[in-house]
Amino acid sequence: MPSADTNPLHRLTVEQLEDLGKKFEDIGQQVRVDLGDSDARYIRSIIQFHRRLAAMSRVVLVLGSRWKPAWVLGTAGLSVAKIVENMEIGHNVLHGQWDWMNDPNIHSSTWDWDTASPAAAWKHSHNFVHHTYTNVIGKDKDVGYEIMRVDPRQQWHPLFLFQPIYNVLLMALFEWGVAVHDLDFDKIRKGEKSKAQVRDELKAIGIKARRQILKDYVAYPALSGRHWRQTLWADVTANIVRNFWSNAIIFCGHFPDQTYMFTEDEVADESRGAWYVRQLIGAANIDGSDFFHFMSGNLSFQVEHHLYPDLPSSRYKEIAPRVKEVCEKYGLPYNTGPFRKQWGNVQRTIIRLAFPGGESRPKPGPYVRSDDEMPAPKDDRVPAFP
Amino acid sequence: MVETSARPEISTARRRALRLARALTTPLLPDDYLALINPKWSTRELTGTIVRIRRETADAATVVIKPDFPWPGHVSGQYLRIGMEVNGIRRWRAYTITSDPSHPEGVLSITVKYTEGGRMSPIFVRQAQPGQVVFLGEVEGTFGIPVPCRPKMLFLSAGSGITPIMSMLRELERRDALADAVHVHSSRDAEDMIFGGMLRRLAKRHEGYQLCEIHTSRDPRFSPDQLDRLCPDWRDRETFLSGPRKMIDAVRECFEGDGLDGQLHTERFQPVIGTGGGEGSGGTVHLRVSDCDTECEPGMSILVGGENAGAKLMFGCRMGICHTCVGRLREGTVRDLRTGELTQASGQMVRVCINAPEGHVEVDL
Repeated sequence: MPSADTNPLHRLTVEQLEDLGKKFEDIGQQVRVDLGDSDARYIRSIIQFHRRLAAMSRVVLVLGSRWKPAWVLGTAGLSVAKIVENMEIGHNVLHGQWDWMNDPNIHSSTWDWDTASPAAAWKHSHNFVHHTYTNVIGKDKDVGYEIMRVDPRQQWHPLFLFQPIYNVLLMALFEWGVAVHDLDFDKIRKGEKSKAQVRDELKAIGIKARRQILKDYVAYPALSGRHWRQTLWADVTANIVRNFWSNAIIFCGHFPDQTYMFTEDEVADESRGAWYVRQLIGAANIDGSDFFHFMSGNLSFQVEHHLYPDLPSSRYKEIAPRVKEVCEKYGLPYNTGPFRKQWGNVQRTIIRLAFPGGESRPKPGPYVRSDDEMPAPKDDRVPAFP
Repeated sequence: MVETSARPEISTARRRALRLARALTTPLLPDDYLALINPKWSTRELTGTIVRIRRETADAATVVIKPDFPWPGHVSGQYLRIGMEVNGIRRWRAYTITSDPSHPEGVLSITVKYTEGGRMSPIFVRQAQPGQVVFLGEVEGTFGIPVPCRPKMLFLSAGSGITPIMSMLRELERRDALADAVHVHSSRDAEDMIFGGMLRRLAKRHEGYQLCEIHTSRDPRFSPDQLDRLCPDWRDRETFLSGPRKMIDAVRECFEGDGLDGQLHTERFQPVIGTGGGEGSGGTVHLRVSDCDTECEPGMSILVGGENAGAKLMFGCRMGICHTCVGRLREGTVRDLRTGELTQASGQMVRVCINAPEGHVEVDL
């Protein structure tokens, strides 16, 4: 297997992995004990911002969707509201990042989000399956979401020829893809899921879908009276804008060229340290401004998110330099790149791997501090690369 | 799930309107948008505002709370979970209500004694300020004045065990029912006695209320054999007992020895349950979110079973009070370990700390 030779995970000794695991634990622990009032104020202010923006956008659309500038304003506001709600709020609250506050109104056990996917199903497929088996082919259902070939080691099938086409469809209808994702057709086919469970899950999806459709496509257009068409179109647009954006950010998290995929053999009897390395090199960040990070729910810090899925996203930026320090010390890569490049990589992979064969893309070397960052202590580096 | 407040009681019309408006706000509630205008308009949780704090002794204070919604009422002697936010974290603790159930101002009070190293008591005794918001849970507890009740009563209390007795005395005074009550209370000294001044004034106002203070800094500690001297007709009285575990055990033993346990009322503490050994068939559990299968012997709660199988489940009190551990029951039948009651799945929430599987069950946790 060619990747095994270059995968930095295999170059670290047991002791190095243990030491590195401890370093990562420390970084997380330091943030955990520091959480308090100002963090609580942050998430509450974002939640309040979302609700105000959503309410104002709805009002603008119901009252004025017939008037073009109002339509544009309302649709843009609603799109942004949905993006913020799904990403910086929903995704992170459902991860349990704010559970430490013990506030039942901002808690993973009670939260539901403004998207087609029921919260319980997503918590299983994402929090549990994806964040535990990250990038393990065959285990992590997010590797191609069972419908795409994103790693050359996944077996080719003629149906994959169509993946460039349904990739575009998935971008537009992403929320519906996510909604049915947890059903896990593979598991159903193999009979590993009871009929009762499948029935309950379908029912949950049905109830959630009905509520979402009723709100966006029936209730608000109906309130708009004669201009229901414009409001309906605005709601459709906002949902699609949100779908494209969240799809783009999420696909940039694990499928750019830099990231590593793993086989089940590679992760058998994995140590805590090795788990951290897999999260680190299995994810990729996106460079951007603070506004960009906010709009991506800080999933542009995908690396930090995968190392610490339960730490408040607002803290990822501050721990990034310390994660880089660990990368530098152990000669590990720190995957990041501008949005255009990361997204372009992903699309190229999806098109190339629609066809049989394909090779693993060249991987970056160990992380090296650039000039504008702090000078590195060179003495204790442990090269993990040849 | 996480520990929550009680739901405020609201009118049917308001509830219907809110349910209808949900079509526009889903997955949020109309309350979430109303709270943008005024946080007190939200009916998500029963909240209250601290209106005043009265120092009782050097290390105890009474916190008077005005509920933001009409108070559903309580029975004197009951306790209440109270939550407060401290450095961004909401913390809960149960306190006995010390106010009269029908206070003319519609307020209720708790009296808190400072505990060294405690999480909540230092906040209430030293930091809380009028105007702060508190979260109010359900009223609980079976300690109270029975109906019917003998007219002659005996109250035995010690230290902060005075709190439920205070609520009862206030109610009895309002009902003009303090005809013949003897109260034996132990505290370190006169200064250290919570409600000391109030009870002494009460004794002055009512001939029927006789207060007997034991100050352990000079007197010997209270024991049941003093009863014959302090209250010779104690065997004829409805007796209310509240204090440290040791005192409760001693008094209970004395009453049971005389076959008088029927007239002794005391705060009953829940034994630890759920670790196995008990009625029922036991069974198998599938936790759907954690993707975990486990087996519970008879008397073992779903929570303990899940934990044994390595599932990380949330819990709080582990005795059915706080609702932190609830999960949706999808399939099968569960047995309430406290009452033995069986519940069949209909998609309802169950507390996994006090419920055991009866056969195979599936829970969304």
